[in-house]
Amino acid sequence: MINPLRAIFSFASKTLTIAELEARKLSHDSTELITRAVQPALWLVIFGEVMARIRAIPTGDLSYIDFMAPGILAQSVLFIAIFYGIAVIWERDLGILHKFLASPTPRAALVLGKALSAGERALVQAVIVYLLAFVLGVKLNWNPLALVGVLVVVLLGSALFSTFSLIIACLVKTRERFMGIGQVLTMPLFFASNAIYPISIMPGWLQALSQGNPLTYEVDALRVLMVIGGTTTYGLAIDIAVLLATTAAMVIIAARLYPRVIV
Amino acid sequence: MMIVLETTSLTRRFGALTAVDGLTLSVESGEVFGLLGPNGAGKTTVIKMLTTLLPPTSGNARVAGFDIMHHASEVRRVIGYVPQLVSADGTLTGYENLLIFAKLYDIPRSEREARVHDALEFMGLTEFGDKLVRNYSGGMIRRLEIVQSMLHRPRILFLDESTVGLDPVARMGVWERIGQLRSNYGTTIFLTTHYMEEADMLCNRVAFMHLGKVAAIGTPAQLKASLHKKGSTLDDVFVRYTGSALESGGSYREVSRTRRAARRLG
Repeated sequence: MINPLRAIFSFASKTLTIAELEARKLSHDSTELITRAVQPALWLVIFGEVMARIRAIPTGDLSYIDFMAPGILAQSVLFIAIFYGIAVIWERDLGILHKFLASPTPRAALVLGKALSAGERALVQAVIVYLLAFVLGVKLNWNPLALVGVLVVVLLGSALFSTFSLIIACLVKTRERFMGIGQVLTMPLFFASNAIYPISIMPGWLQALSQGNPLTYEVDALRVLMVIGGTTTYGLAIDIAVLLATTAAMVIIAARLYPRVIV
Repeated sequence: MMIVLETTSLTRRFGALTAVDGLTLSVESGEVFGLLGPNGAGKTTVIKMLTTLLPPTSGNARVAGFDIMHHASEVRRVIGYVPQLVSADGTLTGYENLLIFAKLYDIPRSEREARVHDALEFMGLTEFGDKLVRNYSGGMIRRLEIVQSMLHRPRILFLDESTVGLDPVARMGVWERIGQLRSNYGTTIFLTTHYMEEADMLCNRVAFMHLGKVAAIGTPAQLKASLHKKGSTLDDVFVRYTGSALESGGSYREVSRTRRAARRLG
């Protein structure tokens, strides 16, 4: 066990076991995945079509729907991830969580496994958004490398926000309080970002806020990877570095707080 | 006899409330030890500390020789735990519930399938292995949970109110299987229960907790004899050492948890 390679292998396999659990759950009941498709569809079809007609938002060389599609993908990943923490409160209330915490699974593996679990849901969501975008005539980039890039960014974004959600769950501990806070957080995270309009049209204070919002970097990365002619403001390397660093910080904090959810 | 579990002035406070107050006791290897007492006496808090879910405020405990504070992960390797609440995942099958834990407990890949298969068979659940656990009966869920907590052959098994909400037949079924597991593997069992006749029948020794302290400890026979009244039962011992039955009753949260567990199993 002192062998570091073996420790890393064991950690990875525990993390994947937690993610496997979620995949098995989803395979038994996938109705939730389908109903989740409604929201991005409404945004793309209704909001997107209307805004595209007004032509009020400067999106450079991109059509508005092309500009918006990566933002809607990031948004639907965010909405799934930010409420993911409630699953932990639910498992605590049922008693399932106690058993995991009394097992020799490292806390960080439990947290990272949950982050990957949220990622599984997010990937299904990504497929749905791609389908919708294709139907609406978005100029999607089908280059395999770009698709792998989208996959990585979606997983990272989902890990980041679901772990953030887990931290909130460990602090507030009840479903009612969690739902309240979740509602309060989603809107500012979504609107104070570059998801559906460029940051450049915002007033100065909101620009500053948006540049501190990890969602902005997720959207920035998706925009260059997902659509043909999409450009990045910060550069792909910076985007991924910001997402990775924030996710790592979240996992470390969540692993420390995780056992507190049952006290 | 070898001592396998030992607590020294184990104490846990929640704000102004002292849930467990200087608990000192030891359990010998192979023993079935019962921790009894009214709701709110601190039994579950003791189990949470011994299973490393909750750090003590002061004092300490050693489980299978490992310090619960400084060697928590070693403790987790050698214990099994069935929480008071229903801990099997209803959205997975019985087989999957076992498989996930076989992996988390590092049971080698070559043995995993056989171990899970044997576990299902032992508990009479083979034909339900591929059914979702939410369709199981209460007794089946508890049997699944117990065998799940025994997959890695722990040295000590902690059972917190494992038979709450079960009908007498299901309870007997559960205890029969626990008895068999114990004779197969020599597991020490540390349990809490509200059913005194159950404790009397199963436990080598019991301790009655009252307001976070041990009010009485000994074999069921010793404790009954201590009342100096013919025909005394463990119920009489309970009332004698933990005071009026009516005034106790636990917190709102605790009662609602117990009832929820009972409802899910019933």
